[in-house]
Amino acid sequence: MEARRESEPTPMKNPTTVDRKSERELVVTRTVNGPARLVFEAWTKPELFKRWWVPKSMGLNLLSCELDVRVGGKYRLTFAHGTSEMAFFGSYLEVTPHSRLVWTNEEGGDEAKIVTTVTLEEKSGKTLVVVNDLYPSKEALDAAVASGSIGWNPETFDQLDELLVTLGKSVGPS
Amino acid sequence: MVQHVGTRLDGSFGALSDATRRGVLEQLGRTDASITDLAEKFHMTLTGMKKHVRVLEQAGLVSTEKVGRVRTCRLGPRRLEEESAWLERYRLLWDARFNELDRIVEELKRKETSDGSKKRK
Repeated sequence: MEARRESEPTPMKNPTTVDRKSERELVVTRTVNGPARLVFEAWTKPELFKRWWVPKSMGLNLLSCELDVRVGGKYRLTFAHGTSEMAFFGSYLEVTPHSRLVWTNEEGGDEAKIVTTVTLEEKSGKTLVVVNDLYPSKEALDAAVASGSIGWNPETFDQLDELLVTLGKSVGPS
Repeated sequence: MVQHVGTRLDGSFGALSDATRRGVLEQLGRTDASITDLAEKFHMTLTGMKKHVRVLEQAGLVSTEKVGRVRTCRLGPRRLEEESAWLERYRLLWDARFNELDRIVEELKRKETSDGSKKRK
């Protein structure tokens, strides 16, 4: 067993695509080299989910992750944001083991409620993952794009502030 | 120069804070239009619409061109650049997520294989 460790395959990276599929929709796709049931596990078990949902490059520190994965069940993620805490939350609308998950993103209020649909399609031991974010209106998606923020909405203004501060600093004393 | 970028970002926010201006952008997303067209569409005076268009133009979201007596408005280059830059950053976020997810799935696969071989014994 020990000898085999060296030849353990390093996961092959598949391409990630993002498209603005319609005025209100963003679609992300990626193939994962594993069966759908394991991919589903990684999306639904908090102890696994929290290990990949917030990549280090996002610069956020995940404080808690509660996922009550069943229809009507709620989820809540909290992050440290400077000295304050920031929460992302919503509820699951559909839970179909190994193939489909639908949840709402409600931190932006009713007008900015985004519905995320994740579908898993297994083929020869690999799984095509499609993530569809449906915005309430074209304006809401346009505003998200225009804000410059990626991911969730509440960060928007803070991120812009940070960017402006960075830009301001790089000018130096004039 | 860099200060200018900051000012433009600020301008972009201000420009988008107004419902009429967001409407104008949406309208121009469908087709180019003259200021007169836009004023009629949004039930406004020509002067009022000119002001809105000027704010959008200063933010780089709209560009205008005067041919004869008609000033035609279209989406500015910045608007389009912004969208593709944002989509690319969004893609990078998901790419980073999926790279982590790949590791977890590999780990689960290995765990299943070793659990499976234990059971068979």
